[in-house]
Amino acid sequence: MTEQTQNVLLQVRDLDVRFRIDRKHEPFRAVKGISFDIPANSTVALVGESGSGKSVSAMAVLGLLPENAIVAPSSQALYYANPGSGAGRDLLKADLAEMQALRGKDISVIFQEPMTSLNPVFTVGEQIAESLRLHMGMTGNQARARVIELLNEVGIPNAQLRVNSYPHEMSGGQQQRVMIAMAIACEPKLLIADEPTTALDVTIQKQILDLIASLQEKHQMSVLFITHDLGVVGDIADYVVVMQNGEIQEQGAVRQIFERPQHPYTKALLACRPRLDRRPRRLPVIDDFMKGDGRPHLEERSRGTRPEDPIILEVKGLNKTFFLKEGLFGKRAIPAVKDVNFRLAKGKTLGLVGESGSGKTTVGLTLMRLHDATSGEVLFEGRDLLKLTEREMMAYRRRIQIIFQNPYASLNPRFTVGQILVEPMKIHAIGKDQNERVDLAFALLKRVGLAPESFYKYPHEFSGGQRQRIAIARCLTMKPDVLICDESVSALDVSVQAQVLNLLQDLQDEYRMSYIFISHDLAVVKYISDEIMVMNDGAIVEMADSDEIYRAPRQEYTRKLLSSIPKGLESAADLA
Amino acid sequence: MSAVLTNPPAAPRQESPGLWTLAWRRLRQDAVGMVSLVVVAFFLAMMAASFFGVVAEDWSRERGVSYANPSFLAGAENLEARAMAQKEAVTKAPPVDLSDIDPLAPRYKEWEERAAKIAVTEVKRAESLPLGGDKWGRDVLQKVIKGSEVSIFVGLTAALFATLIGTMLGAAAGYFGGWVNDFLEWIYNIFTSIPYILLILAFAAVAAATGKFGKGILPIVLILGLTGWTGIYRLMRAEYIKHGNREYVKAAQAIGATNASRMFVHILPNVSHVSLVQLSQHTVQFIKAEVILSFLGFGVPVDMVSWGTMLAEAQNELVIGKWWQLFAAGAAMAILVTAFSLLTDSLRDALDPKLK
Repeated sequence: MTEQTQNVLLQVRDLDVRFRIDRKHEPFRAVKGISFDIPANSTVALVGESGSGKSVSAMAVLGLLPENAIVAPSSQALYYANPGSGAGRDLLKADLAEMQALRGKDISVIFQEPMTSLNPVFTVGEQIAESLRLHMGMTGNQARARVIELLNEVGIPNAQLRVNSYPHEMSGGQQQRVMIAMAIACEPKLLIADEPTTALDVTIQKQILDLIASLQEKHQMSVLFITHDLGVVGDIADYVVVMQNGEIQEQGAVRQIFERPQHPYTKALLACRPRLDRRPRRLPVIDDFMKGDGRPHLEERSRGTRPEDPIILEVKGLNKTFFLKEGLFGKRAIPAVKDVNFRLAKGKTLGLVGESGSGKTTVGLTLMRLHDATSGEVLFEGRDLLKLTEREMMAYRRRIQIIFQNPYASLNPRFTVGQILVEPMKIHAIGKDQNERVDLAFALLKRVGLAPESFYKYPHEFSGGQRQRIAIARCLTMKPDVLICDESVSALDVSVQAQVLNLLQDLQDEYRMSYIFISHDLAVVKYISDEIMVMNDGAIVEMADSDEIYRAPRQEYTRKLLSSIPKGLESAADLA
Repeated sequence: MSAVLTNPPAAPRQESPGLWTLAWRRLRQDAVGMVSLVVVAFFLAMMAASFFGVVAEDWSRERGVSYANPSFLAGAENLEARAMAQKEAVTKAPPVDLSDIDPLAPRYKEWEERAAKIAVTEVKRAESLPLGGDKWGRDVLQKVIKGSEVSIFVGLTAALFATLIGTMLGAAAGYFGGWVNDFLEWIYNIFTSIPYILLILAFAAVAAATGKFGKGILPIVLILGLTGWTGIYRLMRAEYIKHGNREYVKAAQAIGATNASRMFVHILPNVSHVSLVQLSQHTVQFIKAEVILSFLGFGVPVDMVSWGTMLAEAQNELVIGKWWQLFAAGAAMAILVTAFSLLTDSLRDALDPKLK
């Protein structure tokens, strides 16, 4: 479907969006006069980092911008209801009634977070039926029959029964399928998918991408696919539009973008995602391409563990069971971690991979004693952490630290960065007085690559990547021996993720820390880990050196995980 | 962060403005917030001035005619005052002559002469007062000022007290969960299963009977505080359950922060907006509750005035068309309460680093 078609469905011309901030500041220009086409019956990917204006552009077309947005009068978004014939309608100048008739019927949207996009108090059937009744004028029974048909189409098993389920009774992947069913219910001509797979596991991501691709082909619709990850685009897009800072840097057919990228920014986006076949000492970052020669760090890093490596942490027979109350006295046991054994070598990284619900986060929290283990031993330099009293544990707390997934949630919004960094030093009496602690905090800010002024700022003034640096600096104040990174780069854009991974690697080289790196992203884990442990349903499926496991996976489950890595990048193998 | 440094770092070190300095700067930008701050400060100053006897000390003096008109209605007819004057005139009319049978009759003349020597200056009662007068001709304006003393004190301190109890118990129940939560929920259920008025009366009866709660208006504060914390408790508990599982609290636990530090240093500033809003709402509620208590005789003593007692008096006056006491007390209350809740809103915004 890559052949050029004359039939254009949507033509965006000179789209320019500004946001009023307050009376004192000039309006912020989020989208700076971009133009692109969406041909009928094809998939266009809009790629860029957060803040590049990609979502704003899509929302502008839909007329869903917030109150303080100003769309320049010269902007146009011409929509051709019958591609190839007739004049286009400018959606940016359409009135409310016109847009309401279009939204949901001709143009529909899938959002990033299925959990927050579905209304928890209505069954999924009712929610899908709503747009059918509204736009197609169906009666209750007709709508219900159509909903079951739709649920079957998006691959929900037992659609007859699940039509009566509430959103919380479904998994994240199923919820996203419901969102898709809702979006295609009225057979739209254009489907806008705003980061539809970012919140999902790799295996689920693969399924959803396949589903969108097959639906696109079947219904002959166009898809505008918005993402920060060029990797997922390769499989499904026909055209790619690369955005940065509100401008289009490059656009073209997917093969052209992947095989002969012209703009350094596109090259950088392609290169900064860790790859399965290569492991440079440092990952390339955007700045390497925008400022430097574009061919840095070709030296490979070797990974792996040797039997004679000193062991810092040993876990034996770790079990964790959660209990759900059932009825008045009943309890139901839900085993989250089942008989986990592993050893962590000093200065090495252990990758922990698995889908959500596999118990990998629970392992991390149990090691930290943020959860109480049901049974097992966690030997830290020979002492069992799980048997220590709270007071004895304090001495070990500073030596084993954790960085959480969501940098927006793990920093107290009411603390300045200075307070965040000084607090752990105060608790553990590091530094002899406040001055020394403040000095140390400044030194650490510099070490993780933040400006000294950051000391006085609040977390909300930073971007996701910068916040993750603050979280890393907080851990470093205590000079831990073991650092648990719980999905620490999963919430970040691909380009920022490379920077944080480089920082983590530098710190490991400098301080000889051991990492337990928990992630669902296999490429990232492969890049950073010496040894990898695959978990499923709370148990270890397979454990081996990282190169070994990717070359010759022994278990069926591992093979399944590996096969769901987006293949888009492999075609662009030798770019960087 | 003191300025003396043994080893000055390369970074320029500025004096960091604290949370409160920043909050004050933000509040100053907020016109609504500043106006309400001025209004609230004015009421507090008025209350303090009246407490120290600078203004409205002689609020109980009968300086006007009964139901004196407000100055802006000076000419209006005042039937009650005329009726009262007539009654007084009647009492001054010479009594029926009983001198032939009255054994004291010969001495009346002597007494009258002696009485005439004592200068009885008939106070000229004002026909109109700034905001009118009540039944006994007392100045409504002065009553409002004096009444603010009791009302604001009772409303504010009782609300502070209730918010304190509610926040502490809510924090404990929400944060610890388990048996602490069960126990506190049990107490909460007992408190809320009793109708509110009955509960207040029960406490008031105990306070009156034992006298252990002290005298004057202190018992009212305690009664309202001890009965009014339940709603706040419930909200704070929900907030603590929500925040207790947040990652920033987990992160604090990971660095070894104690339970108390996590509860009050980490979580409390993030949920304080709930307490602040509750504080302003309960202040209003308690000013009104004091009316009920006063009406039922458990409130302020009869020799004191509060907005509550004024409102209670106003019920009867309204029937005969004397609306100004109701108006004065109601307006004072409305202005304070509006300003107070706007101020708490602005305070909440000013204290939130996310909103700039």
